[in-house]
Amino acid sequence: MASAFEYAPAPESRAVVDIAPSYGLFIDGEFAEAADGKVFKTVSPSTEEVLSEVAQAGAADVDRAVKAARRAFEKWSALPGSERAKYLFRIARIIQERSRELAVLETLDNGKPIRETRDADLPLVAAHFFYYAGWADKLDHAGYGPNPAPLGVAGQVIPWNFPLLMLAWKIAPALATGNTVVLKPAETTPLSALFFADICRQAGLPKGVVNILPGYGDAGAALVEHEDVNKVAFTGSTAVGKAIARQVAGTDKKVTLELGGKGANIVFDDAPIDQAVEGIVTGIFFNQGQVCCAGSRLLVQESVQDELLDALKRRLTTLRLGDPLDKNTDIGAINSAEQLARITALTETGEAEGAERWSAPCELPSAGYWFAPTLFTNVTQAHTIARDEIFGPVLSVLSFRTPDEAVAKANNSQYGLSAGIWTEKGSRILAVANKLRAGVVWANTFNKFDPTSPFGGYKESGFGREGGRHGLEAYLDVR
Amino acid sequence: MSDNRLSVFKTYKLYVGGKFPRSESGRVYEVTDSKGKWLANAPQSSRKDARDAVVAARKAFGGWSGATAYNRGQVLYRVAEMLEGRKDQFVREVADAEGLSKSKAAAVVDAAIDRWVWYAGWTDKIGQVVGGANPVAGPFFNLSTPEPTGVVAVLAPQESSFLGLVSVIAPVIATGNTAVVIASADSPLPALSLGEVLATSDLPGGVVNVLSGRTAEIATPLASHQDVNAIDLTGADTGLAKELEIAAADNLKRVLRPQPVDGAADWTADPGTHRLTAFLETKTVWHPTGALGVSGSSY
Amino acid sequence: MPTTAPAFSDATASDSALRRFLHGLPGVDAVGLEARAASLGTRSIKTTAKAYAIDLAISMIDLTTLEGADTPGKVRALAAKAVNPDPTDRTTPRTAAVCVYPDMAATAVAALAGSGVKVASVATAFPAGRAALDVKLADVRDAVAAGSDEIDMVIDRGAFLSGRYLKVYEEILAVKAECARADGPDARLKVIFETGELSTYDNIRRASWLGMLAGADFIKTSTGKVGTNATPANTLLMLEAVRDFRAQTGVQIGVKPAGGIRTSKDAIKFLVLVNETAGEDWLDNHWFRFGASSLLNDLLMQRQKLSTGRYSGPDYVTVD
Repeated sequence: MASAFEYAPAPESRAVVDIAPSYGLFIDGEFAEAADGKVFKTVSPSTEEVLSEVAQAGAADVDRAVKAARRAFEKWSALPGSERAKYLFRIARIIQERSRELAVLETLDNGKPIRETRDADLPLVAAHFFYYAGWADKLDHAGYGPNPAPLGVAGQVIPWNFPLLMLAWKIAPALATGNTVVLKPAETTPLSALFFADICRQAGLPKGVVNILPGYGDAGAALVEHEDVNKVAFTGSTAVGKAIARQVAGTDKKVTLELGGKGANIVFDDAPIDQAVEGIVTGIFFNQGQVCCAGSRLLVQESVQDELLDALKRRLTTLRLGDPLDKNTDIGAINSAEQLARITALTETGEAEGAERWSAPCELPSAGYWFAPTLFTNVTQAHTIARDEIFGPVLSVLSFRTPDEAVAKANNSQYGLSAGIWTEKGSRILAVANKLRAGVVWANTFNKFDPTSPFGGYKESGFGREGGRHGLEAYLDVR
Repeated sequence: MSDNRLSVFKTYKLYVGGKFPRSESGRVYEVTDSKGKWLANAPQSSRKDARDAVVAARKAFGGWSGATAYNRGQVLYRVAEMLEGRKDQFVREVADAEGLSKSKAAAVVDAAIDRWVWYAGWTDKIGQVVGGANPVAGPFFNLSTPEPTGVVAVLAPQESSFLGLVSVIAPVIATGNTAVVIASADSPLPALSLGEVLATSDLPGGVVNVLSGRTAEIATPLASHQDVNAIDLTGADTGLAKELEIAAADNLKRVLRPQPVDGAADWTADPGTHRLTAFLETKTVWHPTGALGVSGSSY
Repeated sequence: MPTTAPAFSDATASDSALRRFLHGLPGVDAVGLEARAASLGTRSIKTTAKAYAIDLAISMIDLTTLEGADTPGKVRALAAKAVNPDPTDRTTPRTAAVCVYPDMAATAVAALAGSGVKVASVATAFPAGRAALDVKLADVRDAVAAGSDEIDMVIDRGAFLSGRYLKVYEEILAVKAECARADGPDARLKVIFETGELSTYDNIRRASWLGMLAGADFIKTSTGKVGTNATPANTLLMLEAVRDFRAQTGVQIGVKPAGGIRTSKDAIKFLVLVNETAGEDWLDNHWFRFGASSLLNDLLMQRQKLSTGRYSGPDYVTVD
């Protein structure tokens, strides 16, 4: 070999996970076929290999699951909090024990790199259950009055970008507060939720407390609409979020929505440049940019723009795109053909509207859904790619001259989920953070998550918060 | 196993700095069950053992208080897991110590295990419950957060040798303090056995140090010790509590007084948060958010 | 006489100019820096890549003995080891250099003659550096006169921490001047910052630029004699510095982490840092070194494992 340090393939073993050829719906503690017998295939986005065939829930299944959850609610909500806590601690521990298996599974079904599922998704999933386990017997101390009551049956619909983590964000607080759950995972990533069903059984969780219904949008809509659902929690697109908001109008259903974003990552001229570069990379290329809080708009102060972009491009050439199961892969596959088409279309719009495209030089595998890390310069507020959520590894670079201008541009969006601020000056961080209309503001870091920290958006990024003490409110009757 | 097999007795030892020393004094005292039958000899700690325990607790403080709250929660939960596996031993020791039936002792041990779980959940929540941002009238970010006070001397309750013991240790260490614990004088065996559980629960050595012996003899040097930050007087009688509180005033230790005699401690009751907050300091940080300039810009 | 890279000649014009320059460097966010270093530490280097990395690491070692108890016998033994690290496998690369105190340099030079293994000599009142300038310069002169190929000097941390940057700069210049040879190649100068004493990452970045401006051929983390020596984070930071310096001046400068790197796993993590920060131009023992001693045997055991498939043990490598 020549002087170059070529990393040999370092694939994580697939043998740690045993995927069955087919899976049922998980209702009332049992796996069952769909009432109408429908199934769908889930594929590995990095190879297009069919991983398994999964029962597809319809309205009748939704009804059955909601009824099971309703039956389970009475006993579950009447359990002492300390007992509910112990179930959740058990779940947290089993997730920790099975985390490598689940990480490999998630990587196969979602396409994201094993480095992320192993080092980010799974530790956060376990921590989330661990955190909310501790709340179950402490609700009196949470600031929602004495003996706060659960809502009842929670209908939860989650996306494909962090399948198990979004499940944890939904289920852990719901159970801790005494609700029961019917959860619909996304149609492209149903497997980890079904493995979670098995974990519920291992933990001895009473039947019906957690029900998992793989399916498509129609099942999600049926769940949201079901008259015996007391709480709707949705993470996904703003368009669907608006549809849900219309659906629940006039009902007593409590709703929380975590929707899209177009996060501004603002780099001032006194930023710690090397760390800012890392933060920009994390902000937009973590999980192939398929992150609602991605820092998809880079706002850079003009005086450091050239220096920063040079450093950023140099850094992007070191990103390793390929087999998501390889431990050295930084950029995995796009989750689906549909999502790839959307990213492709939006980047074409970007070029058509006159923005300058630069993509990291990397070879894309022939099978599967792939998109090279890409950035656009010469982008203005008027460009589509500065306004619409791309949900892919595509960064739009805009510049600013003064802090006021940075704030004005950052806030000039229908969304308001996340933002980043890079400067070594503390008072600037706090002043800018004050002015930003965004639910999460990261300073000198990006895409950090913790179960103790509330997460959620302003404006069309949704409402309600998940995580932390604040996340309890979404599942408690505090009217 | 045959009935006439001669059993192996256990030598009970102190738990200091993650190790199991005998008392430096070489003394032991007889521990009996509630009916006066000899159970074992326990180390009778001296003031030098107390001194060594404070050194160990201080050494452990940086790492333990600096660990993430999540990590401390995991460790406390691990204690519960390990206790669950050694339940039989503790049921026997508690039954002997407190004169309880097996089933009553089992209920006590169950409650003690659940108490670890309760406090495991508090490690990463107490900050959100007692801390927070303060809306000061000015261009400042202002945040109050609780921090552990340091090394806490804990006089464990004399009667409740295990549930009471756990109920005073767990809240002290949950928030990041380290502890020097004086076990119940007459019933120290569950406490000394707890040391063995703590040693195998990922709890760093020195975070909890367990001493057995005459309460006043050990507590007196701890109460006046200049490197002890707080003292929990639960296990002191009225006279001793007053003496110790006076001694503690020398370096203004935080003092948690024993509960009033007439309100006999019910260790099964909901513990609330007062044992957590008793050993917390509140730190408030001010930071400008950018002065308002002549143009009205706040950057 | 060495001169400052022209691009920055203004920066060293006066004490205040130098201070302004060094304090104008971008800040370092410690959490972000350490997270990046840790993240690169998760790279999984297997099979062919591992074999390449192990041989590269062996070839980059400055095999070091810096003890009060050093003797010519000890130095000769170390030299023999450097030339022939694994007597059972002659394909094993030689180390880059042997690193000794100045009074042992002549012994090392004699022992290594014709081997291609360099002799590095610590100087300037190593490790504390607390001596008068003329004493330090005499120390360097001795080492150079004894035939040292490389000089590892320590900066005056006291002067640096009290803000007397120009004093540090001028001292490096003076040492660099002593490294010159009329009758042969100049000794290459490695400038040791003792990063553990500089304490902050901002200081390490400033020291890196100060050293590079003063003509260091290598910047080196530490002496190995204090509590905190080379770490992935401080080495990453120094690699960023040499990368940026070359981008701005065209001058390439080497990096040497020293102290505390004991296992192959550690060494490979450092090579990943080099590969993904400064780039492959630095993957050569002319530009990157490990200051280490026990590391070599661990690399040799790993090398044996790769060639035989069995785990090796300390009885199968030589004690030096």
